[in-house]
Amino acid sequence: MIRVGYIALNTYRETVRDKVLYNLVLFALLMIASSYILGKISVYQEVKIIKDLGLAAISIFGMAIAIFVGIGLVSKEIDKRTLYSLLPKPITRVQFLLGKYFGLCLTVLVNVLVMTAGLYFLLFLMSEPFEPALLKAIFLIYVKLTVLVGVALLFSTFTSSTLAGVFAGFVYVVGYFSTDLKNFDSVVDTGALPQITKALYYLLPNFKNFDIKAPIVAGDIVPMTQIVWATAYGLVYVSLLLVASAWVFQRRNLK
Amino acid sequence: MSAVETIGLTKDYEVGFLKKPHRALDHLDLEVEQGEIFGLIGPNGAGKTTTLKLLMGLVFPTEGEARILGKPVDDRRMKAEIGYLPEQPYFYDYLTGRELLNYFGQLFGLSSAERRSRADELLAKVGITSAADVQLRKYSKGMTQRLGVAQALLNRPRVVFLDEPMSGLDPVGRREMTLLVRELQGSGVTVFFCSHILPDVEQLCDRVAILDKGKLVAVGRMSEILDVSIDTIEVVADNVEAELEVKLRPLCRSLERVGDRVRLSCAEQADFDDAAAELMQGGGRLLSVTPVKQTLEDLFVRKVGEKAQT
Repeated sequence: MIRVGYIALNTYRETVRDKVLYNLVLFALLMIASSYILGKISVYQEVKIIKDLGLAAISIFGMAIAIFVGIGLVSKEIDKRTLYSLLPKPITRVQFLLGKYFGLCLTVLVNVLVMTAGLYFLLFLMSEPFEPALLKAIFLIYVKLTVLVGVALLFSTFTSSTLAGVFAGFVYVVGYFSTDLKNFDSVVDTGALPQITKALYYLLPNFKNFDIKAPIVAGDIVPMTQIVWATAYGLVYVSLLLVASAWVFQRRNLK
Repeated sequence: MSAVETIGLTKDYEVGFLKKPHRALDHLDLEVEQGEIFGLIGPNGAGKTTTLKLLMGLVFPTEGEARILGKPVDDRRMKAEIGYLPEQPYFYDYLTGRELLNYFGQLFGLSSAERRSRADELLAKVGITSAADVQLRKYSKGMTQRLGVAQALLNRPRVVFLDEPMSGLDPVGRREMTLLVRELQGSGVTVFFCSHILPDVEQLCDRVAILDKGKLVAVGRMSEILDVSIDTIEVVADNVEAELEVKLRPLCRSLERVGDRVRLSCAEQADFDDAAAELMQGGGRLLSVTPVKQTLEDLFVRKVGEKAQT
């Protein structure tokens, strides 16, 4: 397990030395900061706007990092042939994959924490009291991002970075309309389309399960059980994605 | 126990849109003894790199099996005892040379102190100490190759696999690499290497195997596969008048004028003796006599040529 940790730390180091990451984080912090200005022009809605935009920024830029970095996790190592000197070391392919996965999850965590600090700092400037409920929404955003890293990793094990990006983006978008997929047969009930949409509903992760931004910003109470269930759902999905990634990658010839 | 053993090792790749099968390696049977320097040579596409990739577990065999130090190629304990330098190596360019060795040292389970001392020792050995703390994206091809050698020796391996180790190195680097390989052999390390540079292979290897189009066409000790008897005797002379040239021609396999000199080659010792006598009598002057033996390159060209005709 210690070797997984070393690979994860090296993956983390790789991402933090990548300029793209800083651009994304800077952009996210700017977006959070700009919510302050938007808040000023929204009468009596300043704090709500800041919370809304802040949480959205954490979610969107976290998604961008998870997908843009995640899709290259394995394919970049194959394209650049860095894997050729790594895999003959005393590690297994599964350890390599787990290391890459946890390394990117660590990068995403650090970035989410930086953006969270930015959001709370802005609320502090608005003389708002510390609101721990926001952390619930941010925690589930992070769980969602770990699922997305798993999706990107899976695609990265068998296709190029570009295609992996397209597929992961597709999964992310469709995963947000999961419920519509389930109810698709009420709109179209002929042909194979309803079966296909139903299959996609069961296959793809339902990202709405992790989205509690609206009730949290509105000040509604989100029960702890909902958070525990969403986390469990995320963990199961991540486990399945990692098993699938390992299954694919263990059979892959590195030509 | 052999250092490396392949039994009927075969690899088919699917190529093109229609995924047409292409046999990159065809039932390779090889046995490399511990402590020897073994060279695998062959033209481009012969299957050398495929063989190494199969041994390193980077690709999986279609048929057959391979063992290193008596263990399957995916055995983790065995992997701790080998080193590998890939062809045209490329490492994480965001790391420095020292960081890369430290990272790989972690994967080998070396202690922190051991990693530090081993990195210093190897960086000095391959001559890149001054670039130890420079990011690899700033390394030249030769420096990357040298670092590749360092990482392959990090764990004090019992077997080292080197794919085109001389590639990217200047003449000094190649000389140093030759000395390094000899030093490794001196300390009991088995060296398995692929190279296009046949004089280097000939100079270094105890045994050699020639691959062509995925098939083994020759394998054995240098002294066994190379004909050590004299192939031709090359002579350079001057003061050779036209009349003398006419007398020499029947004794030679070839004769050509180069400026005011004549270069001739004799197939047999007796022909050379007669030609030398004629030269002396005819007023010619013998400048040099060189006995020419078969080289690995000659054998390589002949074996690969024979196969192309069949």
